[in-house]
Amino acid sequence: MPSISRGFRGRRQSAETASRLPPGQYETKDFPVLSAGPTPRTSLATWNFTLQGANGQTARWTWDEFTALPHQTTTTDIHCVTKWSKFGTVWEGISVDTILSEAAAKGVGPSPFVMARCDGGYTTNVPLADVTGGKAMVAFMYDGAPLPPEHGGPARLLVPHLYFWKSAKWVRELRLMESDTPGFWESLGYHNYGDPWREQRYAGDE
Amino acid sequence: MIDIVAETPRTRTLVLDVPGWPGHRAGQHVDVRLTAEDGYQAERSYSIASPPEDARLSLTVERLSDGEVSPYLSEVLHAGDTLELRGPIGGYFVWDIPAGGPLLLVGGGSGIVPLMAMLRHRNAVLGPSQERHRLPARLLYSSRRWDEVIFRDELARLAESDPSLEVVHTLTREQPDGWTGFKRRIDRVMLEEIAWPPSEQPRVFVCGPTPLVESVASTLVDLGHQPALVKTERFGPTGGAV
Repeated sequence: MPSISRGFRGRRQSAETASRLPPGQYETKDFPVLSAGPTPRTSLATWNFTLQGANGQTARWTWDEFTALPHQTTTTDIHCVTKWSKFGTVWEGISVDTILSEAAAKGVGPSPFVMARCDGGYTTNVPLADVTGGKAMVAFMYDGAPLPPEHGGPARLLVPHLYFWKSAKWVRELRLMESDTPGFWESLGYHNYGDPWREQRYAGDE
Repeated sequence: MIDIVAETPRTRTLVLDVPGWPGHRAGQHVDVRLTAEDGYQAERSYSIASPPEDARLSLTVERLSDGEVSPYLSEVLHAGDTLELRGPIGGYFVWDIPAGGPLLLVGGGSGIVPLMAMLRHRNAVLGPSQERHRLPARLLYSSRRWDEVIFRDELARLAESDPSLEVVHTLTREQPDGWTGFKRRIDRVMLEEIAWPPSEQPRVFVCGPTPLVESVASTLVDLGHQPALVKTERFGPTGGAV
């Protein structure tokens, strides 16, 4: 049992809010920006998106080709490892399921792990099972408008059931891997999987 | 909790004795967890202000008027209390002597805290030596008013005793009589004046409210600095640049 902080009361939320907050999180109405470095700026004219298979096969789309794929819209809560959670965020993009099935038609087969690779060099790893079955998309609209660069535009990965560092900003490629490899933050002490409901923030957390 | 030091009207430094502390690097932070009697918990992160050379851990906390944790840390906690914390955390926004220089630090408001750990570390290791001239440092620090400048006197003492350290303030809302320094938000012209040219490859650390960090980081890249050498940390209340 952790020690009691003498005189601490805290700010109690409604039962509804409390039930939506994973352990250690607080609700914000802002949309904080956290990045390790400067915001990359990529023009849509040069942007492309790649799905690369472990066998080296690739499928690639220009911006126009990518955004012509069937869209989905999702409303979801998001949870950042820096402790803030934001409820009811609205995103529009291409489901990773759609990307994978389009790529399968071009000969790219599945593998159990995925590395998201991004402009500016950011990477994050996630099991394939965590980005399929409707759990993830590559989003290019937030709250009804084009995703701004500081929030990851032109497009970011969205994997809202994991801590938001997995929702890689400025994503350009999903690279399928036969074995798991840690990405940027995972190599710097953050948890390899990152389930907010089990408070898996840092390496070594159960 | 050993001591609480008032830095400015809204900031306090908590000086802590942490048995078994494994050591840390300048720029890292800790996660603080508070537990109420009924088990309710709140967690927040705070940058470490003390350098790795200090025996005690210092956290400098800005009291947010609508904060849940910072008012407790600033006003309720006193010497003798215990604080539950976890760390050190952070492996990217860190600087130590081997990382080299020149070292360019750009901060706004409470963003000064991890940058101060870096300056204190530099001073602790290089001290009054000739070495420090090979690793010069500059701090560009944006605050609203002179009485809100955190670590103001210590920064003045460090700069005065160290010709290889330059501290430049900008006061964006109010300036004292006779102020001859900058009076505006950090912009491209100011950065061109203060930053080393990209050819010098300064290690750059930018910390503060998001609008300041976003603007400074983008401008430095526009000026030709390699993005990989510009490290950013954004925290504090979102919106409202200093």
